[in-house]
Amino acid sequence: MVARVRDAELVGRLRDGDEAAFASVLDEWSPGMLRLARSFVSTPESAAEVVQDTWLAILGALDRFEGRSSLRTWVYRILVNTAKRRAAREQRVVPMSSISPADAGPTVDPDRFQGPDEPYPGHWRALPAPWPELAPSPEQRTLDAELQARLEDALAGLPERQRAVITLRDVQGRPAEEVRAILDITPANQRVLLHRARAHVRARLEVYVDARA
Amino acid sequence: MHGPDCDRLVELVTDFVEGALDPATERQVVDHLAGCDGCSTYLDQMRATARALGELPPDRLPGPARDALLEAFRRR
Repeated sequence: MVARVRDAELVGRLRDGDEAAFASVLDEWSPGMLRLARSFVSTPESAAEVVQDTWLAILGALDRFEGRSSLRTWVYRILVNTAKRRAAREQRVVPMSSISPADAGPTVDPDRFQGPDEPYPGHWRALPAPWPELAPSPEQRTLDAELQARLEDALAGLPERQRAVITLRDVQGRPAEEVRAILDITPANQRVLLHRARAHVRARLEVYVDARA
Repeated sequence: MHGPDCDRLVELVTDFVEGALDPATERQVVDHLAGCDGCSTYLDQMRATARALGELPPDRLPGPARDALLEAFRRR
């Protein structure tokens, strides 16, 4: 309820032409919007244009916001639609939303587990090794640059919908319900996409961690 | 009731963390994790992955784009 009151107040101020309010929401939400746009379009430049187009569309549609969803969900839905249209115009050779091998099958290489002829079928062949702490210490404040690059590479390698889900859930910390509403997917679908995306990123991080050990 | 082997359990970890497993399966997962260092470590790694992603720095809207939007807002 409090969030809805805040939304209504913010929309009111925007409709009244309160530039400080607009600058504030622009600065607060654009980073997340840029990152989500990257799930759909191929370059940071395209993502910036998608976000700009989205904000312009929002400004034109403010009078039509009815408060049935949260303001952020509404904005993000428009962003996703704008990004998809842009991606379609970019005419990628392989449609990112088509089913790829990454969408089905085991998320861990079956080779990691013992086969039917081995002592413990279905169990790990070699145990995964515990990782050192990856999050930055209070003194560091930001991730190690190499780790950051590896994470960005891993995200770039994900199919569109997996990337969108993990971006919203893990990079931006949005709750599952909001992600479902923004992307218009079922709870089960959201979990499958998150699972596959996380498994992919984990596997890439494992290579990085093992190389540094 | 025989619970999942490790190769099956690794596919259940996200549902487990999301609280989406039915009680019987959840119990099996918990029991398995209690006795399996490999899978406990794998679960930790999945959690660490999510946390690390959360530490990625925010993207920034380029200055000219920001200025253009503020101008568009003024002109409404």
